Amino acid sequence: MRLLTHNMLACNIKGVTNGYPLRLEAEKWVEKEVDFNADFLRGVFPKIDWPALVGAARALGFHDLLPVDAPDPSVLASDDELLRRFHRALLQLHVEEGGLVCPETSRRFPINKGIPNMLLHEDEV
Amino acid sequence: MNFELWGVSIRGRNSSRVLAHEGFIFEMKLKQLEGLLGSIQQFPNPKLELEQYPTGPHIASRLVYTAENTFGDVNGKVVADFGCGCGTLGIAGALMGADYIMGFDVDSQSLETASQNVELIEVDMDLIQCNVKNLALRGQVINTVIMNPPFGTRQKGIDAEFLSVALKVASQAVYSLHKTSTREHIKRIALRDFNAKSAEVLCELRFDVPKMYKFHKKKEVDIAVDLWRFVP
Repeated sequence: MRLLTHNMLACNIKGVTNGYPLRLEAEKWVEKEVDFNADFLRGVFPKIDWPALVGAARALGFHDLLPVDAPDPSVLASDDELLRRFHRALLQLHVEEGGLVCPETSRRFPINKGIPNMLLHEDEV
Repeated sequence: MNFELWGVSIRGRNSSRVLAHEGFIFEMKLKQLEGLLGSIQQFPNPKLELEQYPTGPHIASRLVYTAENTFGDVNGKVVADFGCGCGTLGIAGALMGADYIMGFDVDSQSLETASQNVELIEVDMDLIQCNVKNLALRGQVINTVIMNPPFGTRQKGIDAEFLSVALKVASQAVYSLHKTSTREHIKRIALRDFNAKSAEVLCELRFDVPKMYKFHKKKEVDIAVDLWRFVP
């Protein structure tokens, strides 16, 4: 699971109103090189929840990879270094083992072999 | 594009007629795509209740090829494959240049096979285990959904539930396969209940389902299937 996926996933247990962002627990992660595509990154940037991405990167031990405050899109257009950091955080880091924890209920969704298990129990639907 | 030709091509495996219509580049790339998808491993133990019919390389390659070359809905996009099974459609999307691919499926065995296929073809595709009808996604990050959902023959209404969620999460387009016999119903619910801006059948295909389950009496079950494009 890459961090762009984490940025989208929310807890959908019945009755939960504040199921986002899921707190990431990363026991094992790997980095895989991906082709750098500046146009794609600039296009996807406005749709990203920045604090959730910063939090997820920190859960993997990257405390200084991204600035805490979301950069202005104009900065992203000119700052190649920042765009590459964004690329790395969003697309290159894969969480292999760990979990995703609902901020409201503390329900933990496990991640095994890179696949988060978001299946709900019968009484959660 | 003349989709009549596709029907012929799919039934008779006669791609030269497609070639004559679309030109040289079409065939080379499409054949290449289909060839790569042909090496994908399919369901090791298909589960009846989940309607796990494999999306064959022929149909998968044409669905994704059309999505990209006729409509520009794949290259450079975030693409989701709902009910991805062994990952055929999603992998096809990655091969056609999608920048980010996600596959969602309820079945862990299928996802394990999908994971092996992703590694085999050397593409990136995130896999998520979930029941698509209970899926919650924040934001409008996904551009395009491509899917071969269960037809709803075992679990009534599941095809509509997949479509409903797909039209909620996609910002650009949804491609889906549904039984031709449900055409009017699908059109109605897409436009009226799920607020699709448009719902268009791109072509009618023959879905050759090999004899996989005991209730299949014939060796092959031929199902007429529509390839749809919806605009959310």
